[in-house]
Amino acid sequence: MMTQVEIKPVLKAEAEKLSFYYAGTVQALKSISLGLPDRHATALIGPSGCGKTTFLRCLNRMHDLYPGNRYAGTVRLYPDRVNIVDHTIDPIEIRMRVGMVFQKPNPFPTSIYENVAYGLRIRGSMTRSDLEGIVEQSLRDAALWPEVKDRLRDLAFNLSGGQQQRLCIARALATGPEMLLFDEPTSALDPTATARIEELVTELKQRITIVIVTHNMQQAARVSDYTAFMYEGELVECDRTEKIFTNPSNKLTEEYVTGRFG
Amino acid sequence: MLLKNAIAKSTNDAPVRQRIGQSQRRDRLFALAGLLVMAVASLVLLALLGQLAYDGIGRVSWQFLTSYPSRFPAQAGILSAWIGTILVMFLTALTAIPLGIGAAIYMEEYAPKNWMTDLIEINITNLAGVPSIVYGLMALGLLVYEFHLGQSFLTAGLTLAMLILPMVIIATREALRAVPPQIREAAYAVGATKWQTVRDHVVPYSMGGILTGMILALSRAVGETAPLITVGALSFIAFLPHSPLISDFPFISLQWLFDPFTVMPIQMFNWVSRPQDEFHINAAAAGVILLLMTLAMNALAITVRARFRRRIHW
Repeated sequence: MMTQVEIKPVLKAEAEKLSFYYAGTVQALKSISLGLPDRHATALIGPSGCGKTTFLRCLNRMHDLYPGNRYAGTVRLYPDRVNIVDHTIDPIEIRMRVGMVFQKPNPFPTSIYENVAYGLRIRGSMTRSDLEGIVEQSLRDAALWPEVKDRLRDLAFNLSGGQQQRLCIARALATGPEMLLFDEPTSALDPTATARIEELVTELKQRITIVIVTHNMQQAARVSDYTAFMYEGELVECDRTEKIFTNPSNKLTEEYVTGRFG
Repeated sequence: MLLKNAIAKSTNDAPVRQRIGQSQRRDRLFALAGLLVMAVASLVLLALLGQLAYDGIGRVSWQFLTSYPSRFPAQAGILSAWIGTILVMFLTALTAIPLGIGAAIYMEEYAPKNWMTDLIEINITNLAGVPSIVYGLMALGLLVYEFHLGQSFLTAGLTLAMLILPMVIIATREALRAVPPQIREAAYAVGATKWQTVRDHVVPYSMGGILTGMILALSRAVGETAPLITVGALSFIAFLPHSPLISDFPFISLQWLFDPFTVMPIQMFNWVSRPQDEFHINAAAAGVILLLMTLAMNALAITVRARFRRRIHW
């Protein structure tokens, strides 16, 4: 089922024969080889349980939080070619470089300001004015600044769902990540909020590498430059998004994107 | 009304209606039985409280609060007892709370999930159910005979600390577990270490639950009698412990830790066991005071919980 993937652009990260096992027994990813182009958005699509979220969570070592999980193969992060899934590499180091936005908005139950500032605070000393500057810039980048600039001390929980998700994006942006992972970021949001997040992703991909898991194929078509189709833990096909949606090389991909299964 | 909708079909069917009627009767019967049981339970409690208040409230006075025990019932008071209770609770809180929270954080966030952790967990749960007199015996053997701490405030505080430690650990773990995993993941995702995640997020967000558990554990300890009798509480103390503040350098004295102690329930126990009726009245009055102390602590627990709930709702 593996297809040779031909990608010309400069890569930000590249998985090579990446396999993943949950708590020792279940193999969730089967030898995935996939390149993620620098400063482009790559969408991961596929039916539930195909391993797209599992793959995404390998990219910032989120699986290390739960005991018994095991990686095999490599994921190189460019330009320094560090292997993300090498167990001798501290996951903290990876998460300092690779940010993540989750399926359900998960702001801390603190103020809007504190949510964005937290990632910078744990990185050590910084003057108050520098911190304020970065918080403002991150909120602007997440298209949230106009709505919250007068109430930065308010609790983040008082924001609407869509605003909370943009706050989570600002929180991830504040630390200047090289790559940003989105795990179905709009599945808990209404269509208007979804449109704003998609707009944001389209803007952000000009300067940050983006990987987005989505179950919504229109969303993949709208925001991504490259699309990878996964099925039962394997990568079936990865190509430019237009090609995947108009003229996929694999029959399974065609059936999935035309809605015949999944 | 006739509906064409198949879901809203009317039930003209007699047996069906009869069966529904039966179920509803059984429903009402159960509700009635439940109400009865609850009424019996609360009436017994109310009667006990009423009796205590009726007997004791007349004896509660400024004189009663500021006098030492005496062999004349009318001159006796609970000064040494309530001060003793406060000092013992202070020592108990000082030892049990940091130890308990630390143990709970380790077990919940750091300990590997293996048979050893399971074993420790089962043992802590069991310890919470051990009769308090057993703790008294252990404290007598360990603190009084082995460590030579004497029949002192220190011994009493440590004894009760051991007694409530399992409760503190269990309550803290429950509170920590209530923080959703998504919040932890959010902290880890921006590059926080485990300790930063625990210190900056998990513990602050569960503080309401932790504090509530602490206060409830202390309000259990405040009424304990058996283990303190075992470690040698005196029931007739006509002096106060040494002052913790002194006029000479270093201005703080720990002498009071080794003074003989008494607490409210011990004083009550002593008065109840005397033949004279006047002493029984004194016991009831001390009971009223002790009850007020416990209620105040519970009220504090409720306030604390409400305050934190308003701020954090998942």
